[in-house]
Amino acid sequence: MANPYVKLLGAQIRSQLQYRASFFLDLSMATLLSAVDIGALFLLFRVTPALGGFGWREVILMTAISGAGFCMADLAVGEIERLKHYIRTGLLDTVLLRPMSALGQLLVLDFATRRAGRVVQGTLFYLVALTVAPVKWDAARVVYAIVAPINAAVFFSAVFVTLAAIAFWWIESGDIANAFTYGGRDFTAYPSTMFHGWFRGLFAFGLGFAFVAYLPALALLGLSEPIGLPDWARWCSPLVTLVVVLIARATWLAGLRRYGSTGS
Amino acid sequence: MIIKTAGLRKDFEVRKKAGRLRRVTETVTAVDGVDLTIERGELLGYIGPNGAGKSTTLKMLTGIMVPSAGEVTVCGLRPVPDRVALARRIGSVFGQRSQLWWDLPLRDSFALLRHVYRVPEAEHTTRLKACRKLLELDEFMDTPVRQLSLGQRMRGEMTAALLHGPQVLFLDEPTIGLDVVSKQAVREFLASLRDKGDTTIVLTTHDLADIEKLCERLIVIDHGRVVHDGSLAALHDRYQMKKQIVVELEEPWAGDQRLDGAALVGVEGLLIRLELDGASVGQVVAQLPAFRDLAVVEPGIEDVITRLYGSDRG
Ligand SMILES: Nc1ncnc2c1ncn2[C@@H]1O[C@H](COP(=O)(O)OP(=O)(O)O)[C@@H](O)[C@H]1O
Ligand SMILES: [Mg+2]
Repeated sequence: MANPYVKLLGAQIRSQLQYRASFFLDLSMATLLSAVDIGALFLLFRVTPALGGFGWREVILMTAISGAGFCMADLAVGEIERLKHYIRTGLLDTVLLRPMSALGQLLVLDFATRRAGRVVQGTLFYLVALTVAPVKWDAARVVYAIVAPINAAVFFSAVFVTLAAIAFWWIESGDIANAFTYGGRDFTAYPSTMFHGWFRGLFAFGLGFAFVAYLPALALLGLSEPIGLPDWARWCSPLVTLVVVLIARATWLAGLRRYGSTGS
Repeated sequence: MIIKTAGLRKDFEVRKKAGRLRRVTETVTAVDGVDLTIERGELLGYIGPNGAGKSTTLKMLTGIMVPSAGEVTVCGLRPVPDRVALARRIGSVFGQRSQLWWDLPLRDSFALLRHVYRVPEAEHTTRLKACRKLLELDEFMDTPVRQLSLGQRMRGEMTAALLHGPQVLFLDEPTIGLDVVSKQAVREFLASLRDKGDTTIVLTTHDLADIEKLCERLIVIDHGRVVHDGSLAALHDRYQMKKQIVVELEEPWAGDQRLDGAALVGVEGLLIRLELDGASVGQVVAQLPAFRDLAVVEPGIEDVITRLYGSDRG
């Protein structure tokens, strides 16, 4: 028998295609918006030759890893920010009454197909960046070039889930959560050396954002980390992501437990 | 027994405004020590006024909500820790929410649920066929759920809850807001399910006709406590609901006659209304002057419930 999640995902896509006109409009709007994001990077380099000590060919790789990862995460789990809505409408109760994972069901039941356009675009942008950037190709780097955007996607997904789960305690947490996700994405699109002091310490290493795109890009480029991290740290992104995933999982499960005791 | 609870309790912390900035936390006890024992195949009416704790009890029985205290087992499982295993054994219909796919034809929801519950094709087909016939789904199987009337949708929800062959069916206000015809269809369907005897049914409802037509056993709760557990007849006895007789006399009522074992409760032209109090209908009739017609009125559940809630609320 077919996997139930795949079946539910198929049903969601069929449902969305019922509204064909708005579906394609959403799809093209999303594509247009991410084109604007890329444009912003080139505008920056018109006024400065380097960002945080890196030229545009290097920064574009960071931006592309971060962007591709973010788009994939947004497609896969972006709608989880609607948790507040799922609680209010009773969808959360409905999924809890079925013999499947609650999170898994919510993700496929509310899958936003229109975000697929951005993933295609983000992937193309990443492929272009890989050819423009001075990558020191070897076998390990080929593997890491494939791993990096997927790793970034998993990292962002975990961040989305963690932030969304905060709504179990604080129903109006949405705006703060948004500030964090978009802030995080913008932070990871640039070299961490662009930032300074406690701010850099907190975001780059405390929250692990340096491991999303900056450090993997340095590994691909064969550059040492100028702040002073050892070279092997550039290859440790998947481990950091694993920690973030475990945190997300624990937060989500604690949130579900809390929902079970408060019902709201 | 298929459902058992002991001392089941649920407290909610509710934060309330007290003054401009201050907030106080109050504890609301929604379910206050409920003991239930339900046997396989029973149809239980779980009734009570708004806010009595009916839905909260059902949420604890189905594993959506953790009890604050007490024991629960449903189908031999603990609902919250064994949520996934329990979900395969129970079905539920919550009146105000839907488990159907809004934008897809009704038929698709059923097909999807087969995958959700991993039901073998043959079993699924047999059950669906039975529901289609009994609930008369055929004419709207291909209609998107969002275009169904509430009554049609509820018939779809019932089917959706039963396609995996649950041992227990939980229904929270399934007839709320339905038109008369759909209510009737839902009731007849539940009656036939009850008569087959394979499915244990727990039904909460406001609709007194549901109770009179369906439930052999009633549990009445109020303020989270069980105030009655027994048959409808036992409820009548306990709250001393008396039979009345309405008599159409030949001559107007004299007004000075005393009757043994009955009390006069109303006079309206030639019609008089008597409430039996210890005497049988025959004994009272023997004392009456000449009359043209006579009707015996059984106490309605409405009266019982009104009295019950009235006496509890003071
Ligand atoms: N999630 C919740 N948080 C706080 N109070 C709740 C919650 N759910 C129910 N209550 C309160 O618990 C009581 C019982 O509610 P409920 O079980 O829905 O009653 P019923 O279904 O019998 O109408 C009510 O006072 C209701 O306001
Ligand atoms: Mg209720």
